[in-house]
Amino acid sequence: MSALSESAKQQIRDHFSRYPNKQAVTLPALHIVQQEQGCVSRAAIVEIAEMLELAPAQIVDTLSFYGFFKDEKHPLGKRRIWVCRSLACALRGGDELLAEVCDRLHVQPGDNTADGTATIELAECLGACDGAPCILIDDELQLNVTADEVVALAEGR
Amino acid sequence: MSAPFEPVLLARRGMPDGQSLKTYQATGGYEGLRKALAMEPKQVIDTVIKSGLRGRGGAGFSTGTKWTFLPKDIQGPVYLCINGDESEPGTFNNRELIECDPHQVLEGIVITGYATKSTTAYFYLRYEYGRCYRTLKKAIDEMYANNLLGKNILGSNYSLDVHLHRGACAYICGEETGLIESLEGKRAWPRIKPPFPDIEGAFRRPTVVNNVETMACVTQILDRGADWFLSIGVPKDPNNPRDGGSYGPKLYCISGHVNKPGLVELPLGITARELIDKHAGGVWKGRQAKAVVPGGISMGFLSAAELDTPLDFNGPGKVGCLGLCTAAVIVIDDQTSMVDVLYNTCRFFAHESCGQCTPCREGTAWSTKILARIRQGQGTLKDLDTLTDISNTIGIMPGTTICGLADGAAWPIKNALKKFRPEFEEYIKSGRKTQMREVAAAH
Ligand SMILES: Cc1cc2nc3c(=O)[nH]c(=O)nc-3n(C[C@H](O)[C@H](O)[C@H](O)COP(=O)(O)O)c2cc1C
Ligand code: SF4
Ligand code: FES
Repeated sequence: MSALSESAKQQIRDHFSRYPNKQAVTLPALHIVQQEQGCVSRAAIVEIAEMLELAPAQIVDTLSFYGFFKDEKHPLGKRRIWVCRSLACALRGGDELLAEVCDRLHVQPGDNTADGTATIELAECLGACDGAPCILIDDELQLNVTADEVVALAEGR
Repeated sequence: MSAPFEPVLLARRGMPDGQSLKTYQATGGYEGLRKALAMEPKQVIDTVIKSGLRGRGGAGFSTGTKWTFLPKDIQGPVYLCINGDESEPGTFNNRELIECDPHQVLEGIVITGYATKSTTAYFYLRYEYGRCYRTLKKAIDEMYANNLLGKNILGSNYSLDVHLHRGACAYICGEETGLIESLEGKRAWPRIKPPFPDIEGAFRRPTVVNNVETMACVTQILDRGADWFLSIGVPKDPNNPRDGGSYGPKLYCISGHVNKPGLVELPLGITARELIDKHAGGVWKGRQAKAVVPGGISMGFLSAAELDTPLDFNGPGKVGCLGLCTAAVIVIDDQTSMVDVLYNTCRFFAHESCGQCTPCREGTAWSTKILARIRQGQGTLKDLDTLTDISNTIGIMPGTTICGLADGAAWPIKNALKKFRPEFEEYIKSGRKTQMREVAAAH
């Protein structure tokens, strides 16, 4: 069985005409696969490499540079919550927010909560410093948050 | 008295349906593009040179002049890369600009594409800006449906495609050659320059890289004229033949310990004090500012005595900061320890160094470790000299690294130890510890 769904393959192919070569489709392909499967598995890497006419090692080289992508041993929870710890947020409690959220959910940054509902991550500046401290849920920013709110989101409430 | 300044770049902020093509065109949108298409590309470049526009992405290089560095009579594709990676701590102007007025940015992209004869534009957008992504996607679809993108734009001979390309959460993708490598599907390792992107950029082709806010300025310059732009901001310093002036409106981000953090559009050259007191409701909790980041944390710090520094392209440099960068101001109140602040900046750069150059990789990591030790009450005065040594030896300026990330890491250290050294010494001598809780996986 193929590691990539037909829909993922089609979405990847749809990117080919946008770039002068297929290697440039690496990041889009990784996004498409992780979006669908919550991680990028070994088997998926091999198939992406085949589609992009690259060696699997080239995909791994790129993927491993960006802490963003998860392997099959560490798939994402249903939602991914990033807590910003850079200066503007830290000045308004960002570090403490991250520590409290991790304590209350019994996780370290990068871990999933026990029931797999959420993945908690630390983030550097999310570009929403006017709403410090802030978080990113999947790819939507949420400004001026409290630990209670973040924990509730992580618990799927 | 001159007339009060009217925001232009943010004019559509808060307008109902302000992001739609309909609203945009009903309020004068795409007039700049029509004017540009009626000119020769060279005339468009001359207009932008004349306006004095300098890039808003950090380096402050003359935008029009950069375009003239493309090789003459190029055969084959020329690429335009829009830098929407915005990740400099304190900075959120590109995000708000895109969210409130995507067409203003996209219009500038088509004008720039026409001026530089670009054949394809890649809009590199940091992944975190999901709302921007969806806003831009919608706007681009509207443009294709209305002959503003694609073949023969507005009946001209010029054709352009714009593709959105999402990043994957790495600060270094904002460095223009890191961006290009990332776009090409590789790890974002900045390239050794020269060759600069104008000569050999994306896919080894001539490439223009410009910031999002720069694009919005281009739109306004073509619509309102170079003289309008020149009438705003700070003129060239007559005593400095190398000064290009600081013209035009600028989006200033204000965050940290102020009552009203936010984004304001003002003429270049406003002072930090005016920004804080007049536009951000003053320092919070009735406190005083101890230090202010003048333009993103890479730039270093202004001390409380330096708050009257004009935030134009020259001001921060005159008081020992690296420059204006993104004009992102972060206010630090007098109850905050500079040891903690510096630890935070060092940790950021250690986390974001791409690891390619040893001085940057090791220097950022060691400065973070030293500050962590100081914060555990185990620092020595000699540590401060070691930190200063590190800050003087990493970066493009001492000539030891490939890109400017290391200079950005060095500057907060230099400024903190020059301007706040007694505080660091007192902290170490008292054996104090920072009680702030921190998650174990420090970096
Ligand atoms: C480490 C580093 C990070 C950078 N990040 C950004 C960024 O996020 N956005 C940006 O526009 N420019 C960034 N720059 C500057 C770009 O390299 C480049 O100068 C700029 O995109 C050119 O556009 P402009 O001329 O319109 O300013 C960064 C530079 C360095 C050294
Ligand atoms: S200076 Fe730092 S971030 Fe820049 S290329 Fe070298 S190691 Fe990478
Ligand atoms: S510092 Fe947290 S969003 Fe910028």
